Order: sequence, then structure tokens, then C-alpha cells
Amino acid sequence: MTDRFVYLDNAAATRTDERVVQAMLPYMTDKYAVATSQFGYSLGLESKVALDRARDTLANSLGASPDEFVFTSGDAESSNMAIKGVAAALGEKKGRHLITTAIEDFPVLYSMRALERQGFTVDQVRLDEQGTVDLDHLASLIRPDTILVSIQAANQEIGTLQDLDAIGALTRERGVLLHSDATHTFGRVPLDVQQTPVDLLTVSSHVLHGPKGVGGLYIREGTPLVKWMDGGFQENNRRGGTENIPGIVGFAAAVALLTPEENERLRSLRDRLTARLLEIPQSRVNGHPTRRTPQNCNVSFRYVEGESVLLHLDMRGIAVSTGSACFSRSLEGSHVILGIGGDHERAHGSIRFTFGRYNEESDVDRAADALADVIGRLRAISPLGKE
Amino acid sequence: MTLPYNEIVMEYFQNPRNVGRIEDPDGKAIEGSPACGDMVAVYLKVNDDTHRIEDIKFESYGCASNIATGSIITELAKGKTIEEAREITWQEASDALGGLPAIKTHCSVLAVDGLQAAIQNYEERKGLITERVPTDEKEIRRRLKRVMNPQAGLDLIRTKTVTSIELDNGTVRIALDMPADHQFANNVRDEIIEKIEPLWDVNEVQVIFAS
Repeated sequence: MTDRFVYLDNAAATRTDERVVQAMLPYMTDKYAVATSQFGYSLGLESKVALDRARDTLANSLGASPDEFVFTSGDAESSNMAIKGVAAALGEKKGRHLITTAIEDFPVLYSMRALERQGFTVDQVRLDEQGTVDLDHLASLIRPDTILVSIQAANQEIGTLQDLDAIGALTRERGVLLHSDATHTFGRVPLDVQQTPVDLLTVSSHVLHGPKGVGGLYIREGTPLVKWMDGGFQENNRRGGTENIPGIVGFAAAVALLTPEENERLRSLRDRLTARLLEIPQSRVNGHPTRRTPQNCNVSFRYVEGESVLLHLDMRGIAVSTGSACFSRSLEGSHVILGIGGDHERAHGSIRFTFGRYNEESDVDRAADALADVIGRLRAISPLGKE
Repeated sequence: MTLPYNEIVMEYFQNPRNVGRIEDPDGKAIEGSPACGDMVAVYLKVNDDTHRIEDIKFESYGCASNIATGSIITELAKGKTIEEAREITWQEASDALGGLPAIKTHCSVLAVDGLQAAIQNYEERKGLITERVPTDEKEIRRRLKRVMNPQAGLDLIRTKTVTSIELDNGTVRIALDMPADHQFANNVRDEIIEKIEPLWDVNEVQVIFAS
């Protein structure tokens, strides 16, 4: 056995690619100026060129025009900006009703709760037990005063993909804006805003081997949105504040390094791990068996609790995540597992494995071997499952 | 490596002592439930003459602090008389482990509750309860704190699910703010009966759901 650290929590954060770090460094040392207007001094113009280039890269990767892409501090800010920005723009003019799902990541979930406290009404669209949106139910929820539908492109815990083409076709036909948190599909599952009728799309660098603290929001031209952060006229007057040039350059560099081949490699590692884990008795996959992000595997093991699993794996140099209440800061079980109709025991026993660029086949075997051993040990001391 | 638990806790978590079951135990209790994320079972073998705990085993479904506390209480209790073991507190278990994170109090209290409940179970079985205190609302509430609302993952008292408790000549009526067709209504009723019925002066437990 080697001492190699097996990191399988790439949906939480990724190692920044060395090539990305190299691309960023000059913008912290020699090229430190703020991006100035075209009439500014030359050092500022260099930053402006870097910013424009990065914006082109991001916009191109989505099939958008550069004017439609705003850099932010990450997916949390992007989703806040989209949801609260639309609510502020349309709350008085059109209505105060929004639609989302119960399994969104926290920025969407809590932006919606914040709006509810302000008197907006939020409905949750029904999901099947794999976490897929019920389109007929969505259609029935849309009202004349509905201003926004926010449905993630894929789930952060269980990886289930939503059919954004169908959802977008529906929202467009009904004249409602669509926001989607695409943090876990961007760069991993192709999406072109010319094909997919989405109006606002959240993306982030930290899950793509780019730096933390930078993300973006695609805003389709003409989408009503109140300015999110007051300040200067940066980001096409959408977001005030000095641009994070090193971060933005890093984000673009990270996106430029993504390839379909890499995604296929992640999928094959993931499939191999899933198959190995399902050999463990009383285990089940959470989320859709095939319509899921290539990097995500999520399995629940009965009769064991996730924090204990996580701790045992950590002792063996393996990093994973769990939906157990004991692990969470809120002491509540995964709202995703519960949101797809799972019970608390399934949430407590759920383990998420997410792959990234630096994972190898040997990681899969190390993780699968360790899991089989750890689950066996914990079940041996568990009062459950023995009758 | 920086871990949330100290070395003693990690040692007991990784190599728990006295794990397993005792066939035909003299006392036995299960506290918690899979829904709340922590569950502990305690089994006792007690010498009827000396009242000394000759053997004690535990099982745990839960986080590291639950496993470690379950393990340490078996060591603390083994060889003690039931009168002595009854005095073991959560604080003593926590101290023996060199301290536990505050947020994990609930999970570790459960193991101590398990020991106390197993001792009580032994005493009830052997008819050793000399001073029979009449059951009051306080005692019922105390026991209901160990019944989980599986949907919330928290106990019935904390979730304010219990709307009233009536004691009437051996009959206990517990009204819940939960409809009878609730997904977990039957589980909750069974758990309530399991916790309340063993009380010496209780003949019948009625669980009344909201209409």
C-alpha cells in the first residue's frame, strides 16, 4: 500500500491545476493593476485585456456572448445574484411567486427562504425517487404571477441530471425566467445556451481545478435583473467591486484545460467504484443510475452511520463526504436524500465520492477495499441488521 | 492529521471494548433509533447475590462519540455493583475520554442513558425497586425525550409533538400533534408504549393522534 492520499471529495473543492497557478501568478506580481478603461495607463490595460480574454473563454464555453457573462466570487454569489436580482426586478411588476426543488444546494435553497421571509411564495416541484423533476407537476405549478423557476442542472450530492432542455422549453412557452445552478455540470456535461433555453446559469471555478473564490453567472441578454452589488461600474455595471483578476484568469485557464476525454475517464473511474461498492451487501445507489454527472457516485450503506465511516476512511488517507446528520454543522440529515423520499437512516448512511483530474484507478481500488472493511467493522458493532 | 476528537476517543472509536451481545442478559436496553442517527444497545450480566455487574456488552449505530462513549461506559461499569454503576454520569464518561466536542453531547448522553436504562431494566425484572415512586408527568416527559420523531430526527419533546399528558389511575393518555395517517404514526405509537408501559404503576398507554 502506498501513502498516496485518496481525495474523493472533488464536488467540495479541487486541487488547483499547476498550469492554472502558473497562469495566475503574473497577475499577483508583475501585472497587479486594476483593469482600467481603454483610456487608462498601460499596466491597467494589460489587466483589462486579461479580463476580456477570460470573459471570452467563459462565454464561448457556454455559447454565450461576452456581454452575457459576469464574474462573481463563486456559485453562492451567482445564485444569490440571479434569484434575488430577478425578485427585485419583477416582484412589483409581475408577481411574487417562484418555483424550485427541495434538493437545491444551499445558495438556492436559502435565497428562496430569504425571499419567503419577504413575502414571496415559493413552490417546490415534485421529484421522483432518483431526484428527477416531474415536468407535468412543474407545468401545473406555473401561475400568472410566477417570475422565476430555479432548478439545478445536476445535484451536488447524488449527481442526478435534470432535463434543462425540456424544463426551459416549458418555462419559455409560459413566459417565465429559468435559472439553473450548473456548478456540478459546467465543464463536465456539455451545455450550450443557444440550444438550452435557460436565462441565468450559475457556474464556479472551485470544482474544476481552478481557484476558489471565483465563479460566474450567465445572464441572457434582456433578462431583468437588479444590480447585485453596488460599487463601481465593473462587470458591465452588473456587479460593483474591483475585479479578482488572478482568480478570473485562473478560472479561464481551468476551463481551457477541460476535455471530453477527461470526463470519460472520470465516468469510467466512477462506474468502476460504483460496481465495487454495490458488491457490499445492503448497499444502494442514491440518484439516477445513468442520468448523472460523470464524476459523482453516491451510495447508502445500511446499519452504519456516515460520520464513523468518514472518520475510519480518513485514518486510512481517504477523503469522502456524507449526508449523515452527525457530520453536518446543522446536525440535520441530508436534505437531498430526504427530499427524494429517503428516510433518515438512508441519509445517515449515505457516502458521496466525487472524482477529479488527479484520481487514478488505484484510488478506486483503495477506496473500495477500505469501504468493504470499514462497513464490515461498523456493522459488526451495530445493533441493527442482526435480527 | 487534525481530527475533531482527541486520541483517547479515537482509540476507543477504532478499538471499542466489550462490543457485542450477551445471551440471556439480566438487563438490557436500547436507546435512540436509526432515525435520530444514533442508537446504542447495552446488555448486562449481574450477580444476583452481590448485585455486581459481571459482564457488560454494548452495540452502537452512530458516530465516533457514540461508539467511544458506549465503549467507555462498559469499562466504567464492569465490576461495579448496580448501585455504584447507577451513579455513572455523562460527565464521568466524558472525562474518562478526555473530553468530547460540545456538539456531540446528544450522541454521547445516549450511551449513558443506555446503561442507566439497562440497570433499570434489571431492577424491574428482579423486582428490586424498593421505593416505588408514583409515575408523574415529569417522568413521562423524561421518557418521551427518548422517542424520536423520525421525520424531524429529533425527540417528541424537542419537536413539541406532545400536546398533552394525562395520568388517570394507571392509564396514561398522550396526545400528539401528529395525524393518525402520518407516515410514522405507528412507529411513534409503538415506541411510546415501549418506553412508558414498563413503569410499575402504568396499566395502559393510550396514544391519541390529532384528528
